[in-house]
Amino acid sequence: MRPRFIDADKCTACGLCTTYCPRHLQDTFNEGLNLTRPIHIDYPQAVPATYYIDPAACLHVTEDTCQICVPVCRSHAINFNQKPKVKKIAVGAVVLAPGFGKVPDSTLAKYSYGVHADVLTSLEFERLLNPSGPYQGNVLCLSDQRHPKSLAFIQCVGSRDLGCGNGYCSSVCCMYAIKEAMVAKEHDPELDIIIFYMDMRTQGKDFDAARKRAEEQFGIKFVRAKVAGVTPWGAKGLRLTYSTMDGRHRFDPFDMVVLSVGLDAPKDARKISKLLDVELNKFDFCRTDPFHPLNSSQPGIYVAGAFQGPCDIPESVTQSSAAAGIAAGLLKKQRGKGYVVKSYPAEHDITGEDIRIGVFTCHCGINIGGVVDVPRVDKYTDGMENVVYHSESMYSCSQDAQEMLKKTIKEHNLNRVVIAACSPRTHEPLFQETLKDAGLNRSLFEMVNIRDQCSWVHANEPEAATEKSMDLIRMAVAKANRIQPLAEQTVPVTDKALVLGGGVAGLTAALTLAEQGFHCTLVEKEAELGGNLLVIKQTIEGVGTAATLKKLISRVKSSALIEVITKAELITINGFVGNFSSVLKVQEGKKTAEHTIDHGVIILATGGREHKPAQVLGQELVKSKQIITQQELETRLFGKAKKRAPSSVVMVQCAGSRGDDLNYCSKVCCNHAVKNALHIKEINPESQVFVLYRDLRTYGYAEEKYQQAREKGVVFIPYEVDNKPRITKKGQKVEISFHDPLLQEDVVMQPEVIALSVGIVPQGTEALSKLLKVPVTEHKFFMEAHVKLRPVEMPVAGVYVCGLAHSPKPLNETIVQAQAAAAKAAMPLVKGSVSVEPIVSHVDQEACIGCGLCASLCPYQAIQIIKVDKKRKAETIVASCKACGICASHCPTFAISMGGFTNEQIIAQIEAFGNSIEE
Amino acid sequence: MAKAVKNKKADKGTSSGAVMVLGGGIAGVQSALDLTELGYYVYLVEKSPAIGGVMAQLDKTFPTNDCAL
Repeated sequence: MRPRFIDADKCTACGLCTTYCPRHLQDTFNEGLNLTRPIHIDYPQAVPATYYIDPAACLHVTEDTCQICVPVCRSHAINFNQKPKVKKIAVGAVVLAPGFGKVPDSTLAKYSYGVHADVLTSLEFERLLNPSGPYQGNVLCLSDQRHPKSLAFIQCVGSRDLGCGNGYCSSVCCMYAIKEAMVAKEHDPELDIIIFYMDMRTQGKDFDAARKRAEEQFGIKFVRAKVAGVTPWGAKGLRLTYSTMDGRHRFDPFDMVVLSVGLDAPKDARKISKLLDVELNKFDFCRTDPFHPLNSSQPGIYVAGAFQGPCDIPESVTQSSAAAGIAAGLLKKQRGKGYVVKSYPAEHDITGEDIRIGVFTCHCGINIGGVVDVPRVDKYTDGMENVVYHSESMYSCSQDAQEMLKKTIKEHNLNRVVIAACSPRTHEPLFQETLKDAGLNRSLFEMVNIRDQCSWVHANEPEAATEKSMDLIRMAVAKANRIQPLAEQTVPVTDKALVLGGGVAGLTAALTLAEQGFHCTLVEKEAELGGNLLVIKQTIEGVGTAATLKKLISRVKSSALIEVITKAELITINGFVGNFSSVLKVQEGKKTAEHTIDHGVIILATGGREHKPAQVLGQELVKSKQIITQQELETRLFGKAKKRAPSSVVMVQCAGSRGDDLNYCSKVCCNHAVKNALHIKEINPESQVFVLYRDLRTYGYAEEKYQQAREKGVVFIPYEVDNKPRITKKGQKVEISFHDPLLQEDVVMQPEVIALSVGIVPQGTEALSKLLKVPVTEHKFFMEAHVKLRPVEMPVAGVYVCGLAHSPKPLNETIVQAQAAAAKAAMPLVKGSVSVEPIVSHVDQEACIGCGLCASLCPYQAIQIIKVDKKRKAETIVASCKACGICASHCPTFAISMGGFTNEQIIAQIEAFGNSIEE
Repeated sequence: MAKAVKNKKADKGTSSGAVMVLGGGIAGVQSALDLTELGYYVYLVEKSPAIGGVMAQLDKTFPTNDCAL
């Protein structure tokens, strides 16, 4: 452990040290675009929120001089005696998440990177756009701080590039380029932006819609071209040389160029590989196999995030949860053993006591005290209603201040605490913890943010900031006079899961839960387990699926913890997280029976299927035996005609997806086409295979297979959305005509087979969405709670989703998502109870008129309408309530109140504010 | 050696039930949080002075333009 030369327990992140530090240093957090000091913090929200000293630049560490910061620090946090420490730890499993590395500068040289200041990498541009970056978010040329008029993004720099050894697609650059372009346009609407690309790979859920928005709403131009290079041009500009699809070379001037750099393997990859004896793939990422995407070659060592292979944030988050779930399965016998549960003194009962309020106002060094007149504010609280104690402190969050607070609470018998300091977002839990340590209920606390809301935003108006601080504290005291202790509630959990769907997603989810020691019931509507994997014969890597599927099914069937029910479907579900009760309709011979199952959580893995389009390429589907889907082609290639591949095949991509019949990208079709094309070439190298596509989306390592297919003679021809290929029937034969952009001619072909990539649709999601009251997207896939951070959880607590029911995705991503859903679903089962925040809503059933408005508005299905004495009444399901307050603010009879935010408390605050105006 | 950000849930109690997460970017942080929720003690190891990784450097995220921090 390297020393940071600052005692993390003492540092209050006030920032005084940085202002005194005499030395400059390039700010790596801002990608070197500006300067900082050797003693600094990367950004205000950094965790831990402690400054650190860069030993390579600090004058004291390097030259044994200076030490100006030491006396400056008011909390005596700077400690140059810290030494590097070696710590030995014993662990049962390892998760590797070292991230990704940077594409070497040598690859960027041909774009004048490092030669011209206005050629930036995408990450540098990201910092440039950031309001906390070097130019406060203004888009300015680094060379002379002028506003650029034209900007080019160059895609695939250091990806899909055999020249630098990166034969894979980095899978994220198309998305961040679109995002950065849109943000740049928001900052500077006059800016002309062109994105130069080979294929726009926006294959993720709802990603195409964002691309469309970029084009139509933001006026960002997309040009399909290969960029040869960038050279300085004229006095200040840059000249970009590129060739378009028609083979012509063009030149265009730009003020600024952003290189969409790919994700390289992490810098330490080889070191990690050697230290932990895990194998790497040929690109120096972690080697895994498609059926166990997160298992490294070393048992007990798992991988998550970009080191598994280039991937975006939602995929990283999903993999991380999944890796946690697998590690939890490995270590299930040790579960809970490393924990130390903190104990608190018995809660002091305040019923019948007089209200005794203590007000503590914090200087936060100079952070608040430098603007707000804290002594005056403190004095102002004297004599306020029921305030029996008040004081100021330099740093109320420091360790000794907590001890002081505990002592003061006891000495003065305080039973309400008001702290005027920084943000409750970061510090409320700390102070509430101290209250609990002092034997007070944590709800007897009120926090006033005089930092963000006073000293920060009114930094140039100290008088106004001081007065506003006094207003806010007066309001808080008015509220504190009306706060009451709130009970900590928990709801018990039935430690069993229900998994809907017996495809690879459901099977994997059930197994991951069973490996952690939990019972689950796996429900499949067909007679046989396996889902789509029964017809998908091999992966794009060319690995057969049958043996793995067979093994997976037998492990599920032989698990003592998994009950498999086939030919069954869910017909009703009642309850909430921890306490669901479901009824299944099961086909038993010719009869149907109903089974009731109690469970704590439910995983939706109901899958999807190949779409059956009515419209293809903007025309009625031509019916012919020669026109088949990619799936049917795969079945044929593995079926009776195993040894005979068609002599000529034309594959048509997006024949159903992306605005044809379905309005989205189905993500897997390009891989499927490449896989089938390679397979045909393997059976019959003489066979002619053409693939007509819009953007070939073989992201990640599949790019290599695309490359291989081209080497084997598969011809890929792009088509435009306004000039789609046409399929017609000529007698018994079918004919396809399309425009070849390279030949600049229309071509007509009569192939033996036309294979359509028709896309994927979800199955049965609409009915389930009604049963479970969970949302679906406009394309009828289940909609997760948060695209980035909660990708497998549904907005309704205790409901999780994985596989094709969530969105189209390939096999390896489905497996990871199923493991992640199982990890998340295991959490309430591990705890055995769901803890409820005391601030949840409460319905006064006397006042409730049972109109049901609250239940219809609740985004979490946390309000149910029940019958009390034959009258309709609303009731909060506390285990599901997130305390957002929508119900309370809409209730026409004010029957709903929020814990800690009652109408009475809020009105008292507003009145207290008004009192000052009267004065 | 890297800086270790110790998990709050326990002090020194090491056992083979602990898990080491190498890397404190979004993947490492998410793994660590989930492992503690699943009942394991976690050593989250990060070489830079703060956790958050590259995601902390991002302003907004695709496609919803949500704040990355």
